[in-house]
Amino acid sequence: MPKSRIGRWLLFVLLSLSGLGFGRFASAEVSDDLGVIGQLQYTDAVGAKVLVEGVSLAIDDVGSAVSGKDGTFRIPVPAPGEYTIVLDSATLPTGVVLREAERASLVAKVSENGDQRVIFPLILGDSVVASAENNFSVRRISQLTLEGIKLGLYLAMAAIGLSLIFGTTGLVNFAHAELITWGTLMAYFFNVYGLVGTFGFLSFLPAPFGSGVNFIVATLLATVAGGVLGYVLNRVVFRTSRNAGVSLLAQMVMTIGLSIFLRYVFVYFFGSRYRVYLDYASQRANTFWGMELTSRDAVAMAVSVVILVAVGLGLTRTKTGRAMRAVSDNRDLAESSGINVEKVISQVWIFGAALAALSGTFFGFDTVKWDLGTRILLLVFAAVTLGGLGTSFGALVGALIVGVVINWSTLVIDTELKNMTALIVLILALLLRPQGILGKKQRIG
Amino acid sequence: MDWGFILERTFSAMIGPEVMVYALAAVGLNVHFGYTGLMNFGQVGFMAAGAYGVGVTVFWLEWNFWVGIFFTFVYAAVLALLLGIPTLRLRADYLSLVTIAASETIRLLARSRVMQPITGGVEGVNQFAGPFYDLSPFKLGEFYSFGPFKYLGRDVWVLLVGWTILLLTTLMVRQLMRSPWGRTLRAIREDEDASRALGKNAYYYKMQALMLGGIIGGVAGTLQVIQKASVQADTFNPVITFTIWTILIIGGPGRVWSPIVGSSIYWTLIVFIENTLRQLPPGVRTTLEDTVQLSDFNIAMLRFILVGIGLLLLARFRPQGIFGSREEMALDRR
Repeated sequence: MPKSRIGRWLLFVLLSLSGLGFGRFASAEVSDDLGVIGQLQYTDAVGAKVLVEGVSLAIDDVGSAVSGKDGTFRIPVPAPGEYTIVLDSATLPTGVVLREAERASLVAKVSENGDQRVIFPLILGDSVVASAENNFSVRRISQLTLEGIKLGLYLAMAAIGLSLIFGTTGLVNFAHAELITWGTLMAYFFNVYGLVGTFGFLSFLPAPFGSGVNFIVATLLATVAGGVLGYVLNRVVFRTSRNAGVSLLAQMVMTIGLSIFLRYVFVYFFGSRYRVYLDYASQRANTFWGMELTSRDAVAMAVSVVILVAVGLGLTRTKTGRAMRAVSDNRDLAESSGINVEKVISQVWIFGAALAALSGTFFGFDTVKWDLGTRILLLVFAAVTLGGLGTSFGALVGALIVGVVINWSTLVIDTELKNMTALIVLILALLLRPQGILGKKQRIG
Repeated sequence: MDWGFILERTFSAMIGPEVMVYALAAVGLNVHFGYTGLMNFGQVGFMAAGAYGVGVTVFWLEWNFWVGIFFTFVYAAVLALLLGIPTLRLRADYLSLVTIAASETIRLLARSRVMQPITGGVEGVNQFAGPFYDLSPFKLGEFYSFGPFKYLGRDVWVLLVGWTILLLTTLMVRQLMRSPWGRTLRAIREDEDASRALGKNAYYYKMQALMLGGIIGGVAGTLQVIQKASVQADTFNPVITFTIWTILIIGGPGRVWSPIVGSSIYWTLIVFIENTLRQLPPGVRTTLEDTVQLSDFNIAMLRFILVGIGLLLLARFRPQGIFGSREEMALDRR
């Protein structure tokens, strides 16, 4: 079976050696004289830290700096003393503001011991609007709805695989979050290091191999890497378990083990630092009809819509898709009508993991981090449960509802707590309609 | 390499505070999963609820520490009710979804800015356990040695109280599981429909089991924060739940002494491995850092990688645990 061997080989290469180029990250502090330093960041829609690039800061008569890709800045100062550092609010990305507007200038006391850190707390503009003036303005609601749809589209791609895997095998895959993270990390590595550049000694090779490729190409490669991981996991771990008659509950515990294993292997090689892609890391938003959207997000949303429509057509019109739905609906009936169930399960794993990886590359736009998937796992669970666990289109419906409801919830609760809404959605769905919006009643035992 | 140091640490870890806390939490999980078959993936949420029962009472209400201990039970029981009502009538996997989601949400809520006046936010609650340590017959800052074991006086006091509670709870659970009530729980685990057909209200029995195990988990959480002398939201990381699962499966689910045995084996292994890796000769260490990035941070991460692979392999090849029998095995059916 050459296919399987290639899959394992690729996985081995990517997993075990993705860290070898790691030493190249260690950037030493160049200067050891005095300065005022800091890192600009805010907490985004999914509760993740986002680093802010391109913000101007200045100390009168001393110097100025612009925050770098990782949000850090440093203004060297000649001698110990008190300096007033001013942040130019006009250079902040759209939608991001200082938590307290009057604190755009801070006094830093630099001692002879070294750099002095200052903190400019930044937040998403919404919460300021919320406290300041008209809470329920049309403009704000439409902006939140737009962001909700964006989140919902990405979530839908992540959730379809989870739902289909459950439908075909009865297994709730708790490692699905790591399939999402895998996509983000692979896109990052292809973007920064190219195909084999993670092997330090191969980094002299030309562009597609030794050094990074354009983010769009990296996204495609990451999606393929996602499919490969899905195939390998099913082939090596779960198909053998099914054949050996391991119970579903034991397999569920196995997915938990797998999830923890993968997550901490990621942090082992990738580190706990936040990073950003080389391309499209920060963009200015375009305004239309009073709503703001970066062109990057607009393209990603359009791509998501196209892919979700294609998935929908694929599931209803193609033979493979119909087989997937048939196995989801009634495995025994599908098997007795001549469908190769194991083959369909394998396809579902490949296809679900590839979609999850693609969604991961989009989720990683703001920051790339090792536990990105885990942070949105609750949202994915809420989406599939609300839509109907195991139904093909339920995940899509559930994801859009969860995305929009979560963003709307910031009208009344603190932005920091908005992911909690997903838990409330999950519990309400189980109380009122446990089979989900599109589920059939007899599914629930 | 200082083998004396490594062995001292390892021996002290065999019955140390972590073993006691995790074993007690695993006793709770054993009531859930081992005896009743409930897939609780959020035991750390119950620990957090118990811990904040004390923390919030002392920090926000400014009431007595001992009143806080009472709230440990209340918070854990209320959490069990809240999680049980929507899920216990449904298939087993829904409980796991809701508990894992709830345990992470509790952590995020407790550390949020909004809850700062009540829970202390990210800084948490410190210096609340004075009344507990005031009762200590041991000198808090001095080291005490018992054979190969060596602990600070304050830890000796925590261990004395903690192990007493752990042993009493284990014996109580043993007696309960031998009672008609416990036999009903096991009947529900084996075949819920059959036990319902015999007139048992499975929903109420499962709810009682969830509350009992949750309260035991809450007490474990309280003991943990008393030992650490601070309540920090971020110590209640979801991965702790699965460490407890690993411990329970090592010992064998549905067995009386498995939580203690499993916890002791787990912590002895982890402490031995971590201390050995940290004590490697400098040359070996540098080589390992250059080739497989074995930094101090990554040595700490190694524990979780081992938990993950251990849980995966145990569930796959030995779900009844190292000592367990397939007779008492909830993972084997369905």
